[in-house]
Amino acid sequence: MDANAAKLIGAGIAAIGMGGAGIGVGIIFGNFLQGALRNPTEAPKQFGNLIFGFAVTEALGIFSLAVALILLYAK
Amino acid sequence: MSNDPIHQFHINPWSPPLHLGGIDATFTNASFFMVAGATIAAGYLAWAMAPAALVPGRSQSVAELGYNFIHGMVKDTAGEEGVKRFFPLVMTLFLFIFMANMLGMFPYWFAPTSQIIVTASMAILVFATVLIVGFAKNGPKFLKLFVPSGVPWYILWFVIIIEVISFFSRPLSHALRLWANVFAGHLLLKVIAGFVPVMVGAGALLGIASLIPLGMTVAIYALEFLVAFLQAYVFAMLTCIYLNDALHPGH
Repeated sequence: MDANAAKLIGAGIAAIGMGGAGIGVGIIFGNFLQGALRNPTEAPKQFGNLIFGFAVTEALGIFSLAVALILLYAK
Repeated sequence: MSNDPIHQFHINPWSPPLHLGGIDATFTNASFFMVAGATIAAGYLAWAMAPAALVPGRSQSVAELGYNFIHGMVKDTAGEEGVKRFFPLVMTLFLFIFMANMLGMFPYWFAPTSQIIVTASMAILVFATVLIVGFAKNGPKFLKLFVPSGVPWYILWFVIIIEVISFFSRPLSHALRLWANVFAGHLLLKVIAGFVPVMVGAGALLGIASLIPLGMTVAIYALEFLVAFLQAYVFAMLTCIYLNDALHPGH
């Protein structure tokens, strides 16, 4: 296989990882909303935890995006 | 080549080559923005807090807000003892990363945190601090960090292996998270912005459609400002959590 073609396919496969991060972020915000609707007065106190969980989960998707972009553009 | 998205991360020497005892100490654009970020953060705090008024003005309010924000975070995660020992370290790390990220948001400026050696140095500093403080304060009891209580013996050996691996992978994920977020964010901005001239050059219809990547660039730019703050916050917060383990190793 052409090396360039293999690089492009690899970048595409690496980008699949972002789907996992999407699922994770969806679970975090969905569960936060569920909890917040049940107990709205306590919800603002958990905002820091929400953002923290979001950032930690989002980072894993960013890792796979970085791998894909490095495969595409690094020389 | 101006369309190469990796080009923005090139390190250019700004001074004649300088070697100190085998270490390349050339002043580069990365060093300049690190020095600038630290100087602006320290200078602003010193300047804003100089009047030390009982009723703070606008700039003093901002400085006190930032101070209280980090103070509250350290207190919540590492307790009163953590504030006493580690508040200056966490505040310095947060301000440095925040300023480095924010300076990098200006077009054509350089984000030092997009170099993995910068984030890795800070992560290893935190990791070494946890090890040294943990053993100095608790002695051999620090190893209880790896042995959760209330686990039956037949599964305990496996849990210990997992705890050890997760402990030693901390500096790796700590450094990679900050680096990859800044790096991938800047790369993504450049890639999407690069679509605009290509589409405009391709014809009238695609030229009108090029408004879509243009709008996306603006939206991602706004997201990157959030990320710049959030990653500095997350780095400081994880530092607090790790330092808390050094102070209170039992589960």
